Amino acid sequence: MKNLLILGAGTSGTMMANHLVSKLPKSEWQISIVDQYKTHYYQPGFLFLPFDIYTTKQVKKNGKKFIPKGVNYVQEEIELIRPEANEVDLKNGQTMAYDVLIIATGSKIVPEEIEGMSGPEWHKSIFDFYTYEGAKALRNKLREWEGGKLVVHITEMPIKCPVAPLEFAFLADSYFKNKGMRDKVDITFVTPLGGAFTKPRATKTLHYLLEEKAIKEVTDFNIERVDYENNKIIDYADQEVSYDLLVTVPTNMGDPVIERSGLGDDLNFVPTDKATLQSQEHENIFVIGDASNIPASKAGSVAHFEAEILTENILRYIEGEPLKEEFDGHANCFIETGNGKALLIDFNYTHEPVEGTFPFPGVGPLSLLKESRTNHMGKMAFRWIYWNMLLKGINIPFVSATMNEKGKKLEEVS
Amino acid sequence: MKKVIANREIDVNEEGYLLDFSQWSKEIGEYLAEEQGISMSDKHWEVIKYLQDKQQSGEALSIRGIKKSGVIDIKEFYNLFPGGPLKKSTLIAGIPKPKSCI
Repeated sequence: MKNLLILGAGTSGTMMANHLVSKLPKSEWQISIVDQYKTHYYQPGFLFLPFDIYTTKQVKKNGKKFIPKGVNYVQEEIELIRPEANEVDLKNGQTMAYDVLIIATGSKIVPEEIEGMSGPEWHKSIFDFYTYEGAKALRNKLREWEGGKLVVHITEMPIKCPVAPLEFAFLADSYFKNKGMRDKVDITFVTPLGGAFTKPRATKTLHYLLEEKAIKEVTDFNIERVDYENNKIIDYADQEVSYDLLVTVPTNMGDPVIERSGLGDDLNFVPTDKATLQSQEHENIFVIGDASNIPASKAGSVAHFEAEILTENILRYIEGEPLKEEFDGHANCFIETGNGKALLIDFNYTHEPVEGTFPFPGVGPLSLLKESRTNHMGKMAFRWIYWNMLLKGINIPFVSATMNEKGKKLEEVS
Repeated sequence: MKKVIANREIDVNEEGYLLDFSQWSKEIGEYLAEEQGISMSDKHWEVIKYLQDKQQSGEALSIRGIKKSGVIDIKEFYNLFPGGPLKKSTLIAGIPKPKSCI
């Protein structure tokens, strides 16, 4: 009996278990998946939780429900990956041997990376919304907040779902308008990049959103520390931005087990071939989702497209065939713009988000890079798709793993 | 779009970043720096070389990377390329500007 071991039962790991269980012969392969946590979170929902758009119940379920029958589900913390021995040690002392390993350990926020961020004001006047706890604490804060300077801040790239902070600023604008207190809130978006939008086409098409919503932009801000006593963030150029309420996206890093095992880069992401998803160092290790260092967005939609290609590559690897160099960095994201509207973007390694229609060329019904109510409904419907189709590895009709170039006003990315 | 610099024609995007690294030379870098109000020193070139090497090995460029580069610390990086140091240094280096997804 051979062993295929999946580390992490989040979006990527769960999808891989579901894909592979029907593809690998049960008489030859045992599939196991390891994760220490019981709860599976719908992470895109963390954006809506602070604004009371989603309830806590809507963003979490028991993870076990999504692990298919026939897969050995091990609920235990992972201690160490030992690639030379093809073994993984668990916290309880157990060792699991593998023939093929899939690393799907994701990424997490590490507020400790910035001085003063995770100090005494953490979840009091400084919040994240990338964790269930952070989003919930922020919801409670917003319910009673009387206004002031709201600073929405990105610490450093890469981050999971790069547009979420911007969506947060848009939704905050709507939220305070609806509460009749927008005039009491000053919203500033602070980014280490050159702008809230960084691709020329998106900047041109979408910059009006910031102006329309009176969201101020502070760019090229590389934070050095948070002065929580004086409510200021300070960058390396001694630029200061003061806040009453700081909503930050802390540094995102791969799981500590990657660092302990010596498998990661500076940010604990595993160096991975961007077209085949095979680890660069070990041929029987594959990496999917946020855990890898590939230059694609860290997002569930990317993981979904990767899963289809990775499934095929694992079958090829097992058969001794050459891997398909097919992953093109395809991402497809709804972007909430507030007021019941949303944008949709579709892009990959070589093409930037453009205008057009999706998924049917020339027809839609969704429009790319343009605000619409239909797009917002798409985003809301996605929660159902996530729990009922995506995690279970059921193909989403008409949406292909690699990007479709038809029906789009395309332009090569520089 | 085309741009003539140091008597040579280069292809740049709307923001002035080179589209094809093979068109880059030290002389072009020098002119691009001048347009940014920067006069290049040996230390500047050391940073540019580091960024180009990182970019060619497919690694993402970040302030954190600079911190660990051993070439320069962040304060110094800001002094050499005032304003947006990564934005300006990548432009001079002839490599793409670090960006988000939109």
